Amino acid sequence: MRFGVVVFPGSNCDEDALYAAKDVFGQQAEYLWHKDEDLKGADVIILPGGFAHGDYLRTGAMARFSPVMNAVRAFVDRGGPVLGICNGFQVLLEAGLLPGAMLRNRSLKYQCEHVHLRVDATDTPFTSRARAGQMLHIPIGHGEGNYFAPPDQLAELEANRQIVLRYCDPSGQVNDASNPNGSVHSIASVCNRQRNVVGMMPHPERAIERLLGGEDGRVIFESILHSIESAREPAVARAV
Amino acid sequence: MRARVFVTLKPSVFDPQGKTIADALHSLGYTNVADVRQGKYFELDLDTGEAGQAKKLAAEVADKVLANPVIESYRIEVD
Repeated sequence: MRFGVVVFPGSNCDEDALYAAKDVFGQQAEYLWHKDEDLKGADVIILPGGFAHGDYLRTGAMARFSPVMNAVRAFVDRGGPVLGICNGFQVLLEAGLLPGAMLRNRSLKYQCEHVHLRVDATDTPFTSRARAGQMLHIPIGHGEGNYFAPPDQLAELEANRQIVLRYCDPSGQVNDASNPNGSVHSIASVCNRQRNVVGMMPHPERAIERLLGGEDGRVIFESILHSIESAREPAVARAV
Repeated sequence: MRARVFVTLKPSVFDPQGKTIADALHSLGYTNVADVRQGKYFELDLDTGEAGQAKKLAAEVADKVLANPVIESYRIEVD
């Protein structure tokens, strides 16, 4: 399987994402420079964390004009799986590939800590190996992760079960005290209606080795491996 | 012509920076400052002498780049 990790000027978690795919999970993985116009045959695209184009106007605002995003958009239209992590999530929001927008954290501080998350949707390519209600302990690191969607859109997200992860306390309860940034409905991750595009503020690529404090991020990568492999099986069967 | 674009969070969107500034002003004794909303201000120097055209161009730029319509609205002045 081949991962494509998009690199914008200012991305800084691209190496971590590539390391996760290549060194930890033993897959092929390549960087895709933001000026590239094709995805080099990638089966899955990761938009990594960082500060794409400096985030000077709004987080992720300029990245959608990068040439590679045309190819990403076409890939999404074909049903290809795309994961945006942190700044990658912000880029997907600004590009209109996911609903909603990010505001400054309500603390006005850059929040860098481990958080607890509850998996609410397992029917996405990035959570298919998780159990509904499973708890994950994964770090966040962001200043603008205060997810917002207007009430009508929020109701739609809930009705379509597009909320993939929510911040929760160590016992799995979703409440205001366990919400690190003020996100509406404690949202840490959403998917699009077709469910092939997922954005998440927490960093699964930073939680894949015990040496680095935990392995709960592995399930995100295991899910994508499983999803792509199982999507391929019918094609192989037909070919035989 | 010059276009001035004022971008602010929509009234329905919580503004943590504005709230913090309001709290700071209250602690300085400005209790009659009821609320503060923070925004962004852009000055665009445009190669056009026609106000209608300037406004249209500024609106296009604001829609496309300067403001995020999910959370922000904008106001334009030209002169």
